[in-house]
Amino acid sequence: MTARPPSGLRLTEEQRLLRDAVRTLADERVAPRAAEIDRAGEFPWDIKDLLAGQDILGLPFPERHGGLGGELLTVCLAVEELSRACATTGLILAVQELGALPLLLAGTDEQQDRWFPDLAAGKTLIAFALTEPEAGSDAAAVRTRAVRDGDSYVIDGTKRFISQGSVADLVAVFAVTDADADRHHRLSCFIVPSDATGFRVVRVEHKMGIRGSPTAELAFDGVRVPIDHRVGAEGDGFSIAMRTLDRSRPGIAAQAVGIAQGALDAATAYARERRQFGRAIGEFQMIQAMLADMDAATESARQLLYTACLEIEAGAPDASRWSALCKLVAGDAAMRVTTDAVQVLGGYGYVDEYPVERMMRDAKITQLYEGTQQIQRLVVARALLTND
Amino acid sequence: MRIVVLSKPVPDPAIGGEHLGPDDRLVRSGASAVINGNDEYALEAALKLCEAHGGEVTLLAMAPESAPETLRKGLAMGAHRAVHVTDPALAGSCALSTTRVLAAALRTQSYDLVLAGVDTSDGAGGIVAAGVATLLGLPYLSYAARIEPDPAAGRVRVRRLSPVGYDELEAPMPALIGCTQVLGEPRYPSLKGIMAARSKEITALTLADLELEEPVGGGVATSRLLSSHLPPSRGDTQVIREPAADAARAIADFLADRRIV
Repeated sequence: MTARPPSGLRLTEEQRLLRDAVRTLADERVAPRAAEIDRAGEFPWDIKDLLAGQDILGLPFPERHGGLGGELLTVCLAVEELSRACATTGLILAVQELGALPLLLAGTDEQQDRWFPDLAAGKTLIAFALTEPEAGSDAAAVRTRAVRDGDSYVIDGTKRFISQGSVADLVAVFAVTDADADRHHRLSCFIVPSDATGFRVVRVEHKMGIRGSPTAELAFDGVRVPIDHRVGAEGDGFSIAMRTLDRSRPGIAAQAVGIAQGALDAATAYARERRQFGRAIGEFQMIQAMLADMDAATESARQLLYTACLEIEAGAPDASRWSALCKLVAGDAAMRVTTDAVQVLGGYGYVDEYPVERMMRDAKITQLYEGTQQIQRLVVARALLTND
Repeated sequence: MRIVVLSKPVPDPAIGGEHLGPDDRLVRSGASAVINGNDEYALEAALKLCEAHGGEVTLLAMAPESAPETLRKGLAMGAHRAVHVTDPALAGSCALSTTRVLAAALRTQSYDLVLAGVDTSDGAGGIVAAGVATLLGLPYLSYAARIEPDPAAGRVRVRRLSPVGYDELEAPMPALIGCTQVLGEPRYPSLKGIMAARSKEITALTLADLELEEPVGGGVATSRLLSSHLPPSRGDTQVIREPAADAARAIADFLADRRIV
């Protein structure tokens, strides 16, 4: 292996090639489907197959298990380029990585060998199920239980707001195995196949954005899984979940940067074409200032994201801080930039003839999931204030 | 089939990356180098030949230190390895020096075919490939529009474009073939190809590694740039920014006014 770390902040030729390859695919094959995916509100299986066929879903997985062995920054470049065209599409890759991260971080070689080849090939999908009706920001308050019974565990409980929960073949589920342990040692992580008896999709939410990505409520009613479906040791679940989020939040930041760039591109193109008072509106300074500010916000978020990826990959002790910082900045940038893009387009920005209203709706979720912006601030402040 | 493709890193013409330094030499240290466009057509032809007949494609470049980054794209497209000749003494080389160095580098390789683009977007001389063939005593088949090797017989047939049609040429291998764009569009690297390029070898050679009989490098350049000028801008460019239907009508009217259509 001669994987070369990027020198400074400039992308390597490999990363530029990969970004350009995904960008071309996103422009030619994904962008034309984005409005329809949003309107239909259904999971785009054709796009999933496209990503699988182009090996994009293999990016986060190790080569020895059939993946491409991409680093965090490489995966994020792909999420960014896909999200620039369609936030739902970027999320397919981000969720595949999110769901697989517990196995990547704590799975045995045997477990990885069992599940990764099909995940890397996109033959199967995996979801990440931590959140519950009463356990959102307070993730340690999970109530779903897993009780050991001979050579298996029996899982009972409900998970809510699970991205791609209704289309996944596997679900990484976090459940209480020791109710008496301290908050951070109560949980364990399990891989539950969606065809297990007692597993049920209760409903799929009707959402404001990322409408092609089904967000499901999942019920586990006496679901029995063999003991070798437990990921990591008993009691390690909370730690696995937090380490997963350290590596997955940059994926959401990448989605946010992609959405922001898509909105900036659309607003810039419109400002060049749209004529009022006898000239292109891009010639007016008030429009120019908005575009410049949108670019500044997007590029700042992107540079922070790329640095965060390199720091996390290098094993920085403050990985949680980097991960929270980039999601915080990128999510806010995406919300502001898409809102301003609608403003640049005026009335046309508010109707679905143009993509920016969709992007504005899609942007909002990046301030909410994988920890709200308030939780990101909590993580950053804790890193600052904790004595080490 | 062992095929070597002459692959020159050049300033990216798509982003206007070409500019001259104070010594009137092309600045090659910029970060915007790409593989010369015509060389990518030659690489595509080489990859197709290897897919059909089996074998290995080697990229050969004489270029500054930063070239491995640029060659990475060729490896991602599917080339198996690369040889990179680099030496500070080569800065400012003329076409004759380049020819001598590439010929000497080819002597370190074994091959059935050497493929080259018609010319390069920076130098545009178009004589290096023919010079290399001459120095190595190889048959030189130029302006190829089709390449049909017969490895068993050790011969290659080439369809050569001519002003009135084409000629069919045949030569024993090894041979050097000058490739045209008629051979087919270069492929995009796949994600798998991009990631696989990581583990491919780029061999670096310096002048000390080559057995050169003649002097080479900027110090013995046989040609020198006296001055260079940008073409004068055409002041009367008309840009049509109307919606497609109106724009089509405006363009048709413009051409009709000049009796072009």
